[in-house]
Amino acid sequence: MRVPFFARAAVLALPLLSISLPAFADIKIGVGVPLSGRLAAVGTQLRRGADQAVADINAKGGVLGQKLVVDAVDDGGEPTQSVAAANRLVTDRVAMVMGHMTTGTTMPAAQVYADEGVIVITPSSTSPELTAQGWDTLFRTCGRDDQQGQVIGAYLADHYKGGKIAIVDDQTTYGKGLADAVRATLKARGVPVALNGTLTAGEKDFSSMVTRLKSADVDAVFYGGLYPEAGLLVRQSRTAGLKAAFLAGDTLASDEFWTTAGAMGEGVMMAYNADVRQSPAAKEALDSFRKNGGEPNIFSLYSYAAVQVWAQAAAKAGSTDPKKVAAVLHSGQEFMTAVGPVSYDAKGDRKQNDYVIYAWHNGAYAPLAK
Amino acid sequence: MGFTLAVGTFLQHLINGLTLGAIYGLIAIGYTMVYGIIRMINFAHGEIYMIGAFIAVTTFTLLLGAGVTSVPLALVIVLAISCTFTAAYGWTIERVAYRPLRTAPKLAPFISAIGMSILLQNFVMLTQGARSKSLPPVMTGGVTLWHDGDFSLGLTNIQMFIILLTVALMAGFTLVINRTALGRAQRACEQDRTMAALLGINVDRTISLTFVLGAGLAAVAGVMVTLYYGVIDFYIGFLAGMKAFTAAVLGGIGSLPGAMLGGLLIGLIEAFFSGYVSSAYKDVAAFSILILVLVVRPSGLLGRPDIEKV
Repeated sequence: MRVPFFARAAVLALPLLSISLPAFADIKIGVGVPLSGRLAAVGTQLRRGADQAVADINAKGGVLGQKLVVDAVDDGGEPTQSVAAANRLVTDRVAMVMGHMTTGTTMPAAQVYADEGVIVITPSSTSPELTAQGWDTLFRTCGRDDQQGQVIGAYLADHYKGGKIAIVDDQTTYGKGLADAVRATLKARGVPVALNGTLTAGEKDFSSMVTRLKSADVDAVFYGGLYPEAGLLVRQSRTAGLKAAFLAGDTLASDEFWTTAGAMGEGVMMAYNADVRQSPAAKEALDSFRKNGGEPNIFSLYSYAAVQVWAQAAAKAGSTDPKKVAAVLHSGQEFMTAVGPVSYDAKGDRKQNDYVIYAWHNGAYAPLAK
Repeated sequence: MGFTLAVGTFLQHLINGLTLGAIYGLIAIGYTMVYGIIRMINFAHGEIYMIGAFIAVTTFTLLLGAGVTSVPLALVIVLAISCTFTAAYGWTIERVAYRPLRTAPKLAPFISAIGMSILLQNFVMLTQGARSKSLPPVMTGGVTLWHDGDFSLGLTNIQMFIILLTVALMAGFTLVINRTALGRAQRACEQDRTMAALLGINVDRTISLTFVLGAGLAAVAGVMVTLYYGVIDFYIGFLAGMKAFTAAVLGGIGSLPGAMLGGLLIGLIEAFFSGYVSSAYKDVAAFSILILVLVVRPSGLLGRPDIEKV
């Protein structure tokens, strides 16, 4: 049977109409996160945060008297797909984008947003490289990898000033970046590093490194690297009788660290996000999450905050014009969000440092008492 | 203090290197025996070692769950189970992937071995998951041989266990090859398979047993690694296999003492190079030495020059 061309065209056009029709009078909030693929679990949590923030803001009358609507696209967690997603959001004329999830996807997408002058606020891309590109439309609600290094460096300087400090990294972007940040902080505080070493991610035998640490008689070791090697390094060091304190980055906030290191992981420290769920600022957001589908993931709070920051800045600017909103964001004033007060420096990084030192004890980690 | 500390550090690197070398040596024997008897490189041998390690982790976890607290008892059970299963793998691989190709051109079993290696790796990844598996420390403690200030020269119980068991196994193996009927049959097959068959030696059975023995030794290495590092993943067979193969070539492939010597050398080079120079370049160092040795002695340190067969 032949279906007339116009009928087929009409059927095909229907879903398009249903997407774009309600948007005319409303402000579109773009969401670009992985909704499929291996990162979809976290991506869905990020979207949930944006949805909830939009619902809560609308309940209070929206922004500049207009309602917000979410326009979500799937970037699959892939850099190539994130560019396509970004183009789609730009064509949809969104007022801002909450996204993307990883540095690998945010980086290429942010270029598109910068070219088109759309504000993008990432809830979870932590690489320092991102804000070093000079895009004045890019902001984030999460911290930066090197801020962890500052916190760890300060801790080492406070507690091991007279002792011998060793810094070992695994030569990856994450690990070396952290180690460099710790070194820089120690240098600024005038604390010397007794031993600098590297090991290779994926290796299992770190006995040579352990022997070097023992010979140098170090009091504290900072390891810049991921949890599998961190677990092994701690385990092999303790087996060899090294008593030095161990510190590492937020990668250690994984139960697999404890499975690897076992009881030898006792007292190992790491930098990790302060649990924002405990803060009074999160209470209102948490209540609305709990009413709508239960306890949120911590990621949902960061994406919730991204929409909040933009809404408050737009209200202050009295316009959704990206240039005016960006100027308000860059002005350094503080916005109250679900993850606490947020204010930005000229690069779009948060002025606040959220990281605190945690320690492992008996198979669980908790913030170190101040 | 400076001098004694330097000596202590040197000795500690030596102990670390010997332990690593012992593990490489055990795996290398599997390569060298198979090469000796059928002139092929069993590239799936590294995976056999990996499977041995996985069986060890599973068995240890089950035993700990069942409340077995005696470490020596658990060790004996784990070694027995791991060797048995792994030997079955070794036997099956030879039967399925190599025996049908024994008379085929040399490239065929070579490709078949690589295929087998990929198959086993993916099989373990899919059934056991791609994340690493770990075991809580089973064997702890050790002896302090000497100490100077805060630096102590230590030999852990695991290191002692690995070195002693390797020495015992290697001594046992030398006896098997030199003194038993199986060893005689192996050496006969190595020299001339057709002639050995004419003289009433069951060649197929001898080759099968060679694979079974090699797999058993790889399983022991797998158990050792599980105890020593406590963390394994489906990919450990590749690197360990490469290192052990290198060890076998360095020592002279086909030569049993050569495999042991090669393993120890690779272990020591890695330990000293990463201890005194840089761990990032330790593989470069090991392979450079391999190339140097092969330039001077193409048949390896203890290998006999191959007599051209007509």
